[in-house]
Amino acid sequence: MLQQDASAAHPNQPIPGGGAPVVKGRSLWADAWRRLFRNRAAVASMVILGLIVLVCVAGPWFVPYEVDEIFWDAFTAPPSEAHWFGTDANGRDLFIRVLYGGRISLMVGLVATLVSLVIGVTYGATAGYFGGRIDDVMMRVVDMLYSLPFMFFVILLMVFFGRNIVLIFVAIGAVEWLDMARIVRGQTLSLKRKEFIEAAHAGGVSAFNIIRRHIIPNTLGPVVVYMTLTVPKVILLESFLSFLGLGVQEPMTSWGVLISDGATNLEVASWMLIFPAVFLALTLFCLNFIGDGIRDALDPRDR
Amino acid sequence: MLSYAIRRLLGAIPTLFLIITIAFFMVRLAPGGPFDSERRLPAEIEANLRAKYNLDDPLVVQYLHYLGDVVRGDFGPSFKYKDFSVNDLIWQGFAISAQIGGLAIAGALILGLAFGTLAALRQNSAADYGVMAAAMTGITIPNFVMAPLLTLVLGIYLGLLPVGGWGQVRHMVLPVVALGLPQIAYVSRMTRASMIEVLRSNYIRTARAKGLPERITILRHAMRAAILPVVSYLGPAAAGIITGSVVIEQIFGIPGVGRHFVQGALNRDYTLVLGVVVFYGALIILFNLIVDLLYGMLDPRVRYD
Repeated sequence: MLQQDASAAHPNQPIPGGGAPVVKGRSLWADAWRRLFRNRAAVASMVILGLIVLVCVAGPWFVPYEVDEIFWDAFTAPPSEAHWFGTDANGRDLFIRVLYGGRISLMVGLVATLVSLVIGVTYGATAGYFGGRIDDVMMRVVDMLYSLPFMFFVILLMVFFGRNIVLIFVAIGAVEWLDMARIVRGQTLSLKRKEFIEAAHAGGVSAFNIIRRHIIPNTLGPVVVYMTLTVPKVILLESFLSFLGLGVQEPMTSWGVLISDGATNLEVASWMLIFPAVFLALTLFCLNFIGDGIRDALDPRDR
Repeated sequence: MLSYAIRRLLGAIPTLFLIITIAFFMVRLAPGGPFDSERRLPAEIEANLRAKYNLDDPLVVQYLHYLGDVVRGDFGPSFKYKDFSVNDLIWQGFAISAQIGGLAIAGALILGLAFGTLAALRQNSAADYGVMAAAMTGITIPNFVMAPLLTLVLGIYLGLLPVGGWGQVRHMVLPVVALGLPQIAYVSRMTRASMIEVLRSNYIRTARAKGLPERITILRHAMRAAILPVVSYLGPAAAGIITGSVVIEQIFGIPGVGRHFVQGALNRDYTLVLGVVVFYGALIILFNLIVDLLYGMLDPRVRYD
C-alpha cells in the first residue's frame, strides 16, 4: 500500500528499466513546460484566465455603452437583453462596469506584483550576496516587518494620504515583498559559492554587476513561481481595500468596489453582487491553479 | 523555558516600539486633522481642544508624551467620542471581537483537523478530492465575498439567520462562519499534507504492526506529529482572523475593534486608530510567543537555549 501511494504521487517519474529508448536529453525548462501542459487544471485555468483577460481588455470596445453612462429608465434593473448583467443603483450598465473593473483589478495585480518583485529581489539578492553583518541586519529588519500588523498600516496609508491608484500599487507592493526577499536571499546564499560567481569575481566584475548579471537571472525559477502566487494575493488585497471604500475611487471602479456596492444592495439587487463576485472568484481560482501548476512543473519533488 | 519566554518578551519591545513610531508619524504627518469637519468649530473652542490634547506642541514632544502614556498602558482620550477613553473603546470592542475570533479559530482547528485527517486516511478517494476542492474554494474566495453570499443565501433566500445586528447567539453564526471558513481550509490542507507524511513513517508502521487499534494509532501517535505544522500556523491564522474581522465587522455591523478602527480612520480619530494598531500589534506578538512555547511542549526535539 505504501508503495502504491508513492508511485501515485509521482506519476511522471520514469519507470526504471521501462525500456524507452532515450533519444536526446531534455532541458530543465522543456521538462517543466511538458509537465505544466500535462496538468489539466493548470491548462484549463490558463484558457479561462485568457478569456477573462481578453473580455476585460477588448470587450469594452464592443459594448455600445459608456462605463459612466446613466440609463434613466433602468435603475437597479435585473439582467435583460439590453443589459446582460443588469444595472446598478445609479442606472449604469453592470456588464461594462464589470469589464472596466476587471481592467483595474488585473492591472493592480500586475503592477503591484512587479513593485514587490523589484523591491524583494533587489533586497534579497543584496542581503544574500554580501552576507555577514549586512545580511544579519537586513534580515532582522524583514523579521521585524513580518510581525507588524501590515494591513492596518496600509489602511492608515490609504485613509490619511488620499486614495489614488499609485499609492495602492506602492502600499500593496510594500507589503508583499517580504517573502520574495527571503526566497531570493536563500537562493543567493547557495549561488554565491558557485564557481562561475567566483570566476566573475576574479575577473574584476563589480558586486553590483555580479548581482545584476549573474545572481538575479539564476534565481528566476522560484521567483516566477512565487510571482504567479503573488498576483492573486495582490488582487485580493486591492479588492479588500476597495471593499472598505479605501481603494479605487469613483469614477474608476474595480471588482472590489463593485462587490462592495453589491453587498450594500444585496436585498434588492442580488445580481450586483453575483456577477463581480463570480469574475473575481474565477480569476483568483485560475491564478492559484496556474501558480500551483508552475510550482509542480518546476519542482516535482513537492507534489 | 521561562528564560526563553522572558527573552522573547524583551525581544518584542523593539518591534512594538517600531509599530508605535511608524503608526504615530504616519497618522500625524498626513494632511488633515480631527477638527476638519464640515461644520467648523468656533476658533476659541478649537484652540481649547488643541491645547487640551497638546496638539500645539512640537511633534517630537507629542510623540514622547504619547510614548510615555502607552508605556503606562494609557491610550489617551478619543477625539471623536468625547465621553470615552480609547482604552474603554478597545476593551468594549475586544470583548465582542474576541468572541467571534475565538470561535472562528476554535472551529477552524476542530473542523480543519478532522477534515484534513479524513482526507489523508482516504488519500486519492472521492472524500479526499471533495475536501481538497472545498479547501481550495475556501482559500480562494475572500471573506468579503463569502460573507455577502452567505447572507444572500442563508439570510435572504432561506431566511434562516439575521442579516446583521448584534446581541443574540444567532447573530454570531454568519460572522463566525465567514471569518472561519478560510482558516478551516488552510488547516485542513496543512493537516492532510503532514498526516500523509506521518502515516508513511516507520513508527506508525510499527504501531500498526504490533496490532494497535487504528483509532489509537491515528489519534494518539500520528496526530501528535501531524499537528505540529498546524500549531505553527496558528500565529499567521490569528493575524488573518484579526485582519478579516475588520471587514466582517463592517459587513455585519458588529461593534468590535475592527469597526472602531475603520470608523476611527475615516473620522481621523488619531488616538483611537493609534491605540488599535498598537493593541493588535501587541496581541499578534503575544500570540506568536504562545505558539512558539506550545510548539516546544508538543515537539520534544525543540530545545530552548
